[in-house]
Amino acid sequence: MEDFLEFEQPIKDVEKKIEELKKFSEQMDVDLSGSIEELRKQLDLLKREIYNKLTPWQRVQLARNPGRPDTMDIIATFVEKFQELHGDRFFGDDPAIVCGTGIIGGHKVMFIGQRKGKNTKERLRCNFGSPHPEGYRKALRKMKLAEKFHLPVVCLINTPGAYPGIGAEERGQAHAIAENIFEMSRLRTPILCLVIGEGGSGGALGIGVGDRLAIMENAYFSVISPEGCAAILWKDSEKANRAAEVLKLTPKDLKGLGIFDDIVPEPLGGAHTNPAAAMETIKAYLTKTLTELKAIPIDKLVETRYQKYRHIGIFLEDQQAKVVMLPGKGVVESALPTPGEIAAAEMGEAQAVEEEEDVKPGKED
Amino acid sequence: MAFDGLRRFISRRKKPIPDGLWMRCEDCGATVYKRVVEEKYRVCPECSFHFTLTSEQRIAILVDDETFVARWNNLSPSDPLQFKAESAYADKIREEQARTGLKDAVVAGTGDIYGKSVTIVVTDSRFIMGSMGSVVGETIARATEYAKDHGLPLIIVSGSGGGARMYEGALSLMQMAKTSAAIARLHEAGGLFISVLTNPTMAGVMASFASLGDVIIAEPKALIGFTGPRVIKQTIKQELPDGFQRSEFLLEHGFIDQIVPRPDMKDRLAQLIEAFRPEPAAAGKLS
Repeated sequence: MEDFLEFEQPIKDVEKKIEELKKFSEQMDVDLSGSIEELRKQLDLLKREIYNKLTPWQRVQLARNPGRPDTMDIIATFVEKFQELHGDRFFGDDPAIVCGTGIIGGHKVMFIGQRKGKNTKERLRCNFGSPHPEGYRKALRKMKLAEKFHLPVVCLINTPGAYPGIGAEERGQAHAIAENIFEMSRLRTPILCLVIGEGGSGGALGIGVGDRLAIMENAYFSVISPEGCAAILWKDSEKANRAAEVLKLTPKDLKGLGIFDDIVPEPLGGAHTNPAAAMETIKAYLTKTLTELKAIPIDKLVETRYQKYRHIGIFLEDQQAKVVMLPGKGVVESALPTPGEIAAAEMGEAQAVEEEEDVKPGKED
Repeated sequence: MAFDGLRRFISRRKKPIPDGLWMRCEDCGATVYKRVVEEKYRVCPECSFHFTLTSEQRIAILVDDETFVARWNNLSPSDPLQFKAESAYADKIREEQARTGLKDAVVAGTGDIYGKSVTIVVTDSRFIMGSMGSVVGETIARATEYAKDHGLPLIIVSGSGGGARMYEGALSLMQMAKTSAAIARLHEAGGLFISVLTNPTMAGVMASFASLGDVIIAEPKALIGFTGPRVIKQTIKQELPDGFQRSEFLLEHGFIDQIVPRPDMKDRLAQLIEAFRPEPAAAGKLS
């Protein structure tokens, strides 16, 4: 492991000590296996202690670790017969979003993944994973193709955000993202989204609307980057660690808010410490979930998807807190009016307005 | 009609002008008589810059008198993240509510435009920069569903520098999906949605419902885009071209249908609604 973060230093120290003892025992031909075993146990405890109580900011740092399995690793490892499909047919081919057909665990899919690049040259070409409008339009084009041939869509999200630049604005970055969200909300084929690293704002949402939203244990998803939030709140991007806490951007928080459905576990220490094991888990999750989604009749699937998004949001209604959660998750369902009640209320309301012509603004309800 | 205010101003000009009645136009910098700007349309007489309107003023110039019925106004923001920084979101909500008299950054309801019923939503940029949190998202979704169910045209006037509201975290981001999904259903039912963009319409608002109009019209010189100009400048370390991300720039690049000066907006909306009104034979398509 080459990359490590400040909070991982104690782990590094113990690992180094073990290496030294091993070397010493080999060179001097003395048996230190007892001490080494003791240190190994200590290391294991230490790892558990550190990784089981990561702060949100530490998790953001892990999510950004370049050693994590990314879209290209996943394609190479378990997307069989992958055929890349390029171009948006309008302007260009954005390497920050990779699209293509392939097979995951026996399921034919349309695979769409955000790509940051593995070396400096690639990273520059991919704008460090920040797509341009042509990336979103390419993704949409391939999703429509998937819909035509009833292929489920798998979207892997990993972006700090959509690219902020002159060309991106000239070509309608906002419009491209809006169109994708609009079309994904009604696409007549299953969509499965997994955040594998960074889920940066609208740039993530542009390929992030689906029937199932999943996130890796050490990934994050946020309305704004912690640095951006810190710059607004404290005029200091160095306070990103505090911003990461207030934004509630960790998988556990996001699941609690009713936004994400599933958290995909990672090896202890993060996906980058054992990419092969991490990808094994990802493959198993995608395979299982694709089986589930494909079993749902398409009309029901699209309706459930609509209702899922329709009910995300937390607000107060009539002085009484109403927490609206995903249907079927059993969270404060009792607070929700039934569709019948809504219809009755709507009809009553419409009649009331028709009957009383002098209804004044603000007097309703 | 546009210059009624100006004419009235000229006729009043003989009177001595008391101090403090002049103001500087935030766009052209000209010193203009405050009363002109505070006329109905609030447009700079020198450069025709459109000053910000409150939701109330906006509704007054677009909807026939005494026809507006406020709906979905029983929703107010909670503080789902318990967001606390230097100041707490809960306090901010209370302050903004007290200052603006609004519950959140949106006013919605039904009303008539020259006798024709519409569903209208107006975001109010005074309330936390017109940003979209759960209440704005839910109100737009309800208004859109109402428009669909009642076969009414939907008009959303956007004015949001803030985009998705930071203080509600990812919940705000998901309102982009909620509003867009509702608009997709209106679209499938054959309903008309006219998106009106005002200064400024940025980020998560522009990257969702505001971009999804069947017809998109903008007021002149409005700042419209995804990333704010300051952040772009920081990122690319270059000066931005003149007029970048203004309405005229968007028209030139093909992202809006028309630029409509404020005094003409109501007439233009009426014309568009009429242009797309289904012929009797096709009217059955609306649910």
